[in-house]
Amino acid sequence: MSLPCGTFNTRYEQVFAVLRTRTHWAMIAALFMVLAILPLILSSHILTVINIMLIVMIAVLGLNIVTGYCGQINFGQAAFMAVGAYSSGLLMNHFGLSFWLCLPAAGIMATLVGILFGMPSVRVKGLYLALVTLAAQFIIIYVIETPLQSLTGGQWALRTSAPKLWGITFNTQLKLFYLIAGITALMTFFAKNLTRTRVGRNFVAVRDNDIAAEVMGINIFRTKVLAFAICSFYAGVAGSLWAHYQRAFTTTDFSFMQSIWFVGMMIVGGMGTTLGPILGTLFITLLDQLVLRFTPAMISVLPVLTAAQISSIAMFAFALVIIVFLVWEPRGLAHRWQIFKTSYRLWPFAY
Amino acid sequence: MVFFLQCVLSGLSAGAVYGLAALGFVLIYKTTGILNLAQGALILLGGYLFSSLAAQLGLPIWLAIVASILIMGIVGYSLERFPLRPMLGQPHLSIVMVTLALYIFFGAIVTSIWGEFAVMPTPYFLPSKTMSIGGIVITSNLLWSFIIGGGITAAFVIFFQFSRVGLNMRAVAEGHQIVRSMGISVSAIIALVWAMATIIGTCGGILSSQIRGADYGLVDYGLKAIGGAILGGMDSIHGAIIGCLIVGVLETLAGGYIGYGIKEAFPYIVLVLAIVIKPYGLFGLERIERI
Repeated sequence: MSLPCGTFNTRYEQVFAVLRTRTHWAMIAALFMVLAILPLILSSHILTVINIMLIVMIAVLGLNIVTGYCGQINFGQAAFMAVGAYSSGLLMNHFGLSFWLCLPAAGIMATLVGILFGMPSVRVKGLYLALVTLAAQFIIIYVIETPLQSLTGGQWALRTSAPKLWGITFNTQLKLFYLIAGITALMTFFAKNLTRTRVGRNFVAVRDNDIAAEVMGINIFRTKVLAFAICSFYAGVAGSLWAHYQRAFTTTDFSFMQSIWFVGMMIVGGMGTTLGPILGTLFITLLDQLVLRFTPAMISVLPVLTAAQISSIAMFAFALVIIVFLVWEPRGLAHRWQIFKTSYRLWPFAY
Repeated sequence: MVFFLQCVLSGLSAGAVYGLAALGFVLIYKTTGILNLAQGALILLGGYLFSSLAAQLGLPIWLAIVASILIMGIVGYSLERFPLRPMLGQPHLSIVMVTLALYIFFGAIVTSIWGEFAVMPTPYFLPSKTMSIGGIVITSNLLWSFIIGGGITAAFVIFFQFSRVGLNMRAVAEGHQIVRSMGISVSAIIALVWAMATIIGTCGGILSSQIRGADYGLVDYGLKAIGGAILGGMDSIHGAIIGCLIVGVLETLAGGYIGYGIKEAFPYIVLVLAIVIKPYGLFGLERIERI
């Protein structure tokens, strides 16, 4: 990786720093300023889209830890999110816990379920483990819908209330934006730093060659289960936010399709980078919104289209985008961004 | 006891359809190492195509069957060219994700042609007489679909074991490099495998439409069949069939004795248990890894 022009590492801390130069600090400060001011200008419709995108981003960040860094495919992220959403909603409804207790509790609850489904990694790996997570998706939703029906209301929507803090009720899109954006920033911070620790390097070692990693003294089972635990903690937090953001949700919000969307976002963004999930979520959300925007125009041009055909356009777009990325840019947008940055630094020279 | 046997019987017929789905699934896994999650959507497309051709366009049943099998065969064959050929040698996750994208893609095709969660008019062609043996009610279409499913499976196994092309397929399963050096085109074989898997899936779709009607639920068959395939061993054809029959019976028994809701989740519970207890299945080959 090349450094920005004219920047030299003279101390160890500089080697490890995420933000290397003053420009970096200025840029991150500018980003936070924009994030603070922008919602005041944006319409509430756009804020809704952004809020949902930020919640999804947390789930995809978690997924990236288990799949992108640790190399274990997870097709059940939406179900882990459902665990978080339902435990958070139920804790608030039945015990009157505050949102600030519900959020970590939901995370921990999802973590426990994640550990449970990460356990088979003691015996199997690769595709078999992917199938366990696929099964987890359907089993978790079944458990929520049927055996716990008296608690969760089965297929009916579970209603819960908005988060409250210091007398502020987060009930408008604007207030919720600050809450969600804050938590997303925090989760991104942890995700970025986790990958720079011993644990993060263990994950990468297990992903790249698990037998070699084991020979080098890494406990594979513990590493994989830890990856699942962290991943589902992220899912739980995202679920809890989803619950109190929507205030009424059903299991259909956490379908298998949703899990696929998460994996798709991660792939489009670029696996194994922290930037990837952010870019991927942004890209897929934009794509989705673009399709939505152009739908009325499409109907006016081609009035023969039925409602079902219109609704499947987003699906077509999503499927094609995933295939195109996997075939032509498997390392995702984050890699493209890296290439752009490197060539920008060297410009006008070729190398 | 009568209820138990009744459950076993209808479970076997459900298992036979799972078996057809799993057969296509295992075939692809064996020869290419790809976990084809798109199988369910292909079954759905095949089943809808048949219903549409026969009931909506009014083609004779035999023509509709032949046409839908041909069309789906071509679809499966062309899938190899794009997007699967560029994916050869890519990591597993990428390839699985491509099949998932295909799952979404074919789901979207079905939605855009026939509408969302459409229930198709099903042209029933199997005789539907009801027989009763010692209190157990057997409808003849269940019986027939079981026989036809078994017949297709047997024909396929014979083809796979004794024909020249079947031999080539098994060779591709062993390793691509050596097959190429023997002058066999790997991509042609893989394309054929995909076509066959799709055709078998279509047969499964058509047969299950005879039992339960052609609706969007067909899409679940592809995913649920994975449970049976894992139970039997992913790289064993007879294992997958037996596994699917077991899953079908267990699923119906669980649905009958515990509650209907568990029926949908049961194949997945079997899947997890099978992976935890016997990861390589009842008849699968255990893989030994070296650095």
